[in-house]
Amino acid sequence: MQRSHFLTSGAALVVAVHAPVRALAATGSPSASGAAKLSPSAWLRIDEHDVVTVVLGKSEMGQGVNTSLPMIVAEELEYPVERMHVVFAPPDPAFKDPFLGGQQTGGSTSVKSTFEPLRTAGARAREMLVAAAAKRWNVAAAECTARNGTVVHAASHRSARYGELVADAAALPVPEKPALKPREAWTVIGKGRKRLDTLAKATGKAQYGIDVRLPGMLIATIAKTPSMTGHVLGYDAAAAKKVKGVRAVVPVSSGIAVVADNYWSAQQGKNALNARFAAGPKPPSTAHIAADARALVKTEGAVGRNDGDAARAIAGAAKTVSATYEAPYLAHTTMEPMNATAHVTRAGVEVWAPTQSQELAQSVIAKIAGVKPEQVTLHTTFLGGGFGRRLEVDYIQDAVEIAKAVRVPVKVVWSREDDIQHDFYRPAATTAMSAGLDANGKIAGMKSTLVCQSIVKRALPALFKNGLDPLAGFGLADVQYTIPNFHYSYHHQETGIPVGFWRAPYSNANAWSTESFIDELAHAAGRDPYAFRQDHLPPGTRARTVLDLAATTAGWSTPLPKGVFRGIAFATWDDSMIATVAEISMNGKTPHVRRLVSAVDVGTIVNPLSLEAQVTSAMLYGLSAALTQKVTFTNGAVDQHNFYDYTVLRQDAVPLMTVVFVPSTEKPSGAGEIGTPPVAPAVTNAIFAATGKRIRSLPISDTFA
Amino acid sequence: MYRLTINGVAHQVDAPSDMPLLWAIRDIVGLTGTKFGCGVAQCGACTVHLDGQAARSCSVTVAESAGKKITTIEGLSPQGSHPLQKAWVAEDVPQCGYCQPGQIMAAAALLAHKPKPSDADITEAMTNICRCGCYSRIRKAIHTAANGIA
Ligand code: FES
Ligand code: FES
Repeated sequence: MQRSHFLTSGAALVVAVHAPVRALAATGSPSASGAAKLSPSAWLRIDEHDVVTVVLGKSEMGQGVNTSLPMIVAEELEYPVERMHVVFAPPDPAFKDPFLGGQQTGGSTSVKSTFEPLRTAGARAREMLVAAAAKRWNVAAAECTARNGTVVHAASHRSARYGELVADAAALPVPEKPALKPREAWTVIGKGRKRLDTLAKATGKAQYGIDVRLPGMLIATIAKTPSMTGHVLGYDAAAAKKVKGVRAVVPVSSGIAVVADNYWSAQQGKNALNARFAAGPKPPSTAHIAADARALVKTEGAVGRNDGDAARAIAGAAKTVSATYEAPYLAHTTMEPMNATAHVTRAGVEVWAPTQSQELAQSVIAKIAGVKPEQVTLHTTFLGGGFGRRLEVDYIQDAVEIAKAVRVPVKVVWSREDDIQHDFYRPAATTAMSAGLDANGKIAGMKSTLVCQSIVKRALPALFKNGLDPLAGFGLADVQYTIPNFHYSYHHQETGIPVGFWRAPYSNANAWSTESFIDELAHAAGRDPYAFRQDHLPPGTRARTVLDLAATTAGWSTPLPKGVFRGIAFATWDDSMIATVAEISMNGKTPHVRRLVSAVDVGTIVNPLSLEAQVTSAMLYGLSAALTQKVTFTNGAVDQHNFYDYTVLRQDAVPLMTVVFVPSTEKPSGAGEIGTPPVAPAVTNAIFAATGKRIRSLPISDTFA
Repeated sequence: MYRLTINGVAHQVDAPSDMPLLWAIRDIVGLTGTKFGCGVAQCGACTVHLDGQAARSCSVTVAESAGKKITTIEGLSPQGSHPLQKAWVAEDVPQCGYCQPGQIMAAAALLAHKPKPSDADITEAMTNICRCGCYSRIRKAIHTAANGIA
């Protein structure tokens, strides 16, 4: 990424993305006065050399923002996407995501939160460039057109490149409400575009956090306290320092850091430490947590939704069904292990990190180093995967604590074991559901009780009120099915385990319990699982549309080859909807997933290619988890270590995948997570169709062990 | 001191004999295209070629690598014009991209031995992990490269 581009001074047209128009002075470099003071970084910038730079307030973690966000600008700016420069933004209030409340990349909001602001930025720049040309040629602006980086006055055969116009354009007032192109005129948005950064990634040139190298830099690894509630008892610093290449041993909050010339020496030093740890008071263990949850789920929690009288409807129903589901803790395992590089000097702190949370990082860095936030320089690198893990900044904290002690640039690199054993886990969920069917096989009432450790209580405490985590009911309390009497209650379970946002938070477990239970009800009603869902989703609703589209695409009504079975599931994540059909066969005792078909509605689509990639990626992420993944705890410590005991799906287990989109003119909603939640229930429902065995505890491999 | 020949260039590397080649490449020689993913030969992110064979450099020592011809992603093709790299662009393969140098090195070793691999050959040779789940496009791109389409 060419940071220099945005530091270059000279004539430039700078258009604020989120900043209020009135406060803009569209001149000079971001570091100059005027605009710079207001918001030195949230810019679309065009310089006199025709260099168009999009400063991305979103991190590139595989979702393709490096391409899709410039596409949004390009549509209005009339400038080729492939010629745009992209730089990752420093922390700046101008990049606050209105949906997330901070400068973060998460919650599938990258397109949703930038779609209007980026179109507006492109359109403002275009109108200013056209106005500048019209003024120069003394013609009406309406007679000029902007196309492909040039303003043209066709009648007089005059034209000027954007770069030739920026100085004049920058002196003009910024149009507050520029005219946006009508949807019918779009030529960029909605057309599949291959990613602009593929060659960099295919040649090893793309720089991830772990690739940062600085003169004089040392590398640190940490002997991390294994127990979530534990502490260090003792260690042999002298023995570690005897290892060739080891430079320092530094106690940090998460354990003991060994600083060395390279990763291997640091690891050898870490082994030589012979560190001893205490498990601490009440160390969490899976066995206790699960037992507590099973007891808790029998009682009513804080009521999050109460339509009609579910208890009465169930009591008076023709048929009743009840079941309890258990989903395990999960780790994120991004491909790039956690890491960060920091240099603490008298002047301030410079940090390089693959982070989803620039704003939080900035404040944490400042606090640890004892400097003001403006003394923090934070460079965001490429992220080797995020999935919610890099919303946390614990790895940055490690780097800054060590760098503060050693005063030279330090890169901390976690081992895969550290990554799996020191995550912010997808919380386990225990869900008790009961429902009554009326004489016509319709759901008369449903009651669900969820026990799940709140992520919000730790990460966004202000939102946790009256015992309710407002996100915990995603995919459960916001049920789309027509159910006249519905009751949802929630128990936060305090466990001592750090929990965090994991692809499609909450919905990733709730969709499984809900859709498994709906399947159980269909079976009790003697209805086909797809038909039963249709019975409860009115025609014309978005939910019904995706359900029907998935079923039709998968050929639900056509017979399958012998030994192949189908399952269907529907899910929501925020404003997005999905339905998935899984086809499985049994390989002896183990299920083999042959095919997954999903229909999704994510509103307006910017880049169909990256959307398809995101949905299939999320589906496989969900499939890996459903098949084999679980994190368990003994005496406060994680039992799993590496990819041999926390397995992820590989080439040999990839099903055929089809993704179809519901055409939509609605606002864009999220795309990065919606593929995950429906996969587990579609597969377990297919397993029920194949074997008659209802899976009520994940992962699936536990049942077939 | 070990003499490592990486991408045709000889490097004198001062490292203990048991240091995995991965760390010599990344931290001592300074070539960062070869990635660290697990350190225990599970993920393939660290795949390089040793005398033309795919090897997981986290699990081969510096001592074992001395005297061999070592090729990393940086040496596969200086301009990124290896048929696989072109195919990766044509098929829009990467998402986060972190696993991709390893995937490409594994695929390059496969194609060197089997210029027209079957699906079964690809499944057998390509055991690298991609956490973003780019597997289908990886498979497609290998066929594309093998067929000289890109
Ligand atoms: S880092 Fe070598 S196989 Fe994973
Ligand atoms: S592209 Fe992200 S791990 Fe493969």
